[in-house]
Amino acid sequence: MKKKNPSMNSSASDHHHYKKHAPTSTRYLRVLGYPYVIWMVIFIIVPLLLVLIYSFTKGDIHNLFSLEFSADGYLRVLEPMYLKVIMNSFWLALISTFFCLILGYPVAMIIANTNPKYRSILLTFLLVPMWMNFLLRTYAWMSILSPNGILNRFLEWIGLPRLEIMPGQTAVLLGMIYNFLPFMILPIYTVLSKIDKNLLEASSDLGGNKFVTFIKVIFPLSIPGVVSGITMVFMPAVSTFVISGLLGGDKTPLIGDLIEQQFMTNRNWHFGSSLSIILMVMILISMAIMSRIERNNDREEGRTS
Amino acid sequence: MKKRLLVLLVLLAAIVVAMPISGCSSNKVVLNVFNWGEYMDETLIDQFEKETGISVNYKLYETNEALLSKMEAGGSSYDVVFPSDYAISEMIKRDMLLPIDFNNVPNFKYVDERCKNREYDPENKYSVPYFWGTVGILYNKEMVDDPVDSWDILWNEKYAGKILMKKDVRDTMGVALKKLGFSVNSTNDSELQLAKQLLLDQKPLVNGYYGDQIKDMISNGDAALGVTYSGDFMDLYWDESVDFSYVGFGVPKEGTNLWFDAMVIPKSCRYKKEAEMFINFMMDPDVAYQNSNAVGYTSPNTEAIKRMREEYPEVFELPAYWPDDDVLSKSEVYVDLGDYKTIYNDIFTQIRVE
Amino acid sequence: MKKTAVRIYMGLIYIFLYAPIILLIVFSFNKSKSRGQWGGFTFDWYLEVFKDRQIKEALFYTILVAVLATVISTIVGTIAAIGIHNFKRFPKAFSLNVNNLPVLNPDIVTGVSLMTLFISTSIPLGFGTMLIAHIVFCIPYVILAVLPKLKQLNRHLAEAAMDLGATPWVALRKVILPEITPGIISGALLAFTLSIDDFVISFFTAGTEATNLSILIYSMAKRGVKPSINALSTMLFIVVVTLLLIVNKKSEKGEELYL
Repeated sequence: MKKKNPSMNSSASDHHHYKKHAPTSTRYLRVLGYPYVIWMVIFIIVPLLLVLIYSFTKGDIHNLFSLEFSADGYLRVLEPMYLKVIMNSFWLALISTFFCLILGYPVAMIIANTNPKYRSILLTFLLVPMWMNFLLRTYAWMSILSPNGILNRFLEWIGLPRLEIMPGQTAVLLGMIYNFLPFMILPIYTVLSKIDKNLLEASSDLGGNKFVTFIKVIFPLSIPGVVSGITMVFMPAVSTFVISGLLGGDKTPLIGDLIEQQFMTNRNWHFGSSLSIILMVMILISMAIMSRIERNNDREEGRTS
Repeated sequence: MKKRLLVLLVLLAAIVVAMPISGCSSNKVVLNVFNWGEYMDETLIDQFEKETGISVNYKLYETNEALLSKMEAGGSSYDVVFPSDYAISEMIKRDMLLPIDFNNVPNFKYVDERCKNREYDPENKYSVPYFWGTVGILYNKEMVDDPVDSWDILWNEKYAGKILMKKDVRDTMGVALKKLGFSVNSTNDSELQLAKQLLLDQKPLVNGYYGDQIKDMISNGDAALGVTYSGDFMDLYWDESVDFSYVGFGVPKEGTNLWFDAMVIPKSCRYKKEAEMFINFMMDPDVAYQNSNAVGYTSPNTEAIKRMREEYPEVFELPAYWPDDDVLSKSEVYVDLGDYKTIYNDIFTQIRVE
Repeated sequence: MKKTAVRIYMGLIYIFLYAPIILLIVFSFNKSKSRGQWGGFTFDWYLEVFKDRQIKEALFYTILVAVLATVISTIVGTIAAIGIHNFKRFPKAFSLNVNNLPVLNPDIVTGVSLMTLFISTSIPLGFGTMLIAHIVFCIPYVILAVLPKLKQLNRHLAEAAMDLGATPWVALRKVILPEITPGIISGALLAFTLSIDDFVISFFTAGTEATNLSILIYSMAKRGVKPSINALSTMLFIVVVTLLLIVNKKSEKGEELYL
């Protein structure tokens, strides 16, 4: 552990009377992180290395030493058919993340501005639907969106034209927004709720109206929450599989569908691993972009990491 | 207040962790039985446990491929599994099964001769049939006015957007191959390419590739025609709360897939004798009858069929329950495709991606 | 005017969220197994839930794993988050990126990778491996929920406390923890939500010895999902909602729980 920098001790002289080298920096808390780092190596890094190995080899998966090098998996991914699937998945995930943000941000703001008495109820009831089984909820959406489903029967009843959206991309999009919306709202709310009300007062004192206050004060301060929310929505959205199968009639499979098939149906572990690695790499790149945005934001605010 | 809650939670967690651990140390025989969902009358399991004192750990899987995937991955032991024909065929090829000692399964004598020694287990060494049926076209009579007796109707533009295909490699490829007059087990590249083209041509007319949602969509009027197992039709037929007489099932004249699900004993089995007892129990005439009634599919047990004829004679008029010999002669059983599996899988993926 | 607009918007959002749930509940009373047709009203499926051994076992494991995984990952995750927050720049970036991997990876990759780990080290698949897997994917979410709070925390507060004579651990308990509690609770809720509904990861790591509700439902998908599952979900829903209402009533002001 690093030696305490003596210059960081304020009122150094008094302390030295009864507590020698009393730590006054929170750096000591670092040790709390070490055990988890070891856990991560064992349970995150090593397993992924195994998948990486499979992606570059062929042969019996049980016998690691019998594997031979092969780039077949990766070559296949470069076929236009698979590239199309990957692009499609990213595009769909982008749109659904966008809508989650547009729809979810106002919700987070509204809850943050609500009387504290009601906040926890509002928030927990946001999450409760997520506790019902995902497959069942998706089946329920099928009943709602199908040609003779509840939605269309309702529209007919009030005289509006029917919506033929199922199966289709719109239905899949709806399904994704439905499943991921609460994960966008929660982090944004967490950050918004802690914004110092004084800042808002100061802003209006200085002549800013609500709109300006939002753009220049609230939104920038909420960016860490927004980044968190985007992370928690975009990444799973890009790799989802059940939704596109049920609501999309499986006519435009996403990359999640393909990977699931390789492991569960085709039992082609090597190709499945290659697909997974490619997906991971693309996600990591997006992640790097996100953290660059965050770091720029931090720097603007005068924080050092 | 928060602290006390935390302590309580931790205590609760500790108690709860202790429970399963203490339960597992008993030396009783526990059979791991792995089956499809909704495919057995579970009161029979209780009956078996009572009669023999053997505990049964009953788990479910959803596709043959998932089953094979889990068995391949290892790490678990299964005593009795219920795969379909082609899966059994593959398991035998890859030496994943134990031969059954039929001295321990005397009830095998009740099995219909037509169900024995089939293509997937020619010497009938490894399996005992469980249920059988066909693949056919489920249709909504109110939406279809043409006769449903040929696979061609699934390519009929009149029903564009209302046709459902199965999200299953063998079943979808099988339909195309049968329509072209080829074998469902074809390993001929040009035949496969023709089948692929046929399916690609069909794609614009297809509403989607689904699993068990097909029967709901057809009964709901969301679609007109769909490829399903005979058992799916039987599910609707036996449903007493809704009148599904507007739903029909047609077995195409070109012939179709004749499927069998059977009981086998994997190599990872720990209690072979008990597994054989379980299989024998399932083939007991009364048990088979009760099971067949509960699940609704056609049993290979001749005694059970005799009783069905007495209690529900009308069911034998249904092609879904009791296909006639003409259909049977033109139908094929799936066997393992070996290396061609990958080719079939690729074609199926391509069809859905394009 | 603004107030009504706000109320309408929130109302729409909650209707959107709860529409499928309500449908699920309605179908739990459907006599017919079909998901398309109404066959009459019945309570039969509710009775079936108590007789069905599959459901009882799956329910037991689902709740057990969810509770344990939530408790363990919240505790470990909070501690780890505090630690990582104080890392220097590069270890911090590294740790955060690795930590985010289970979040970023498709469930199936996490599930398969963990299964491969267990199999190659000859650890039998079962309750233990499933629990470990759940903890692996829950902790990152806890960390992601706690970190923003730590970032917002004025670091000088803790130092000020220590200047005033507090020991490091007191500073931790009395200054840091209370400030980040909302993050901890968000994290715990997230962890519980994810664990209770997990399918893919559990599927690969549970083997034959263990199961959970999602695995059960998915395995019914090929031959037909029984409405008894709807009945079970409805009962769970009622239990959860009731518990939450009680918890909310008990905490003096809703404020204490979240702020």
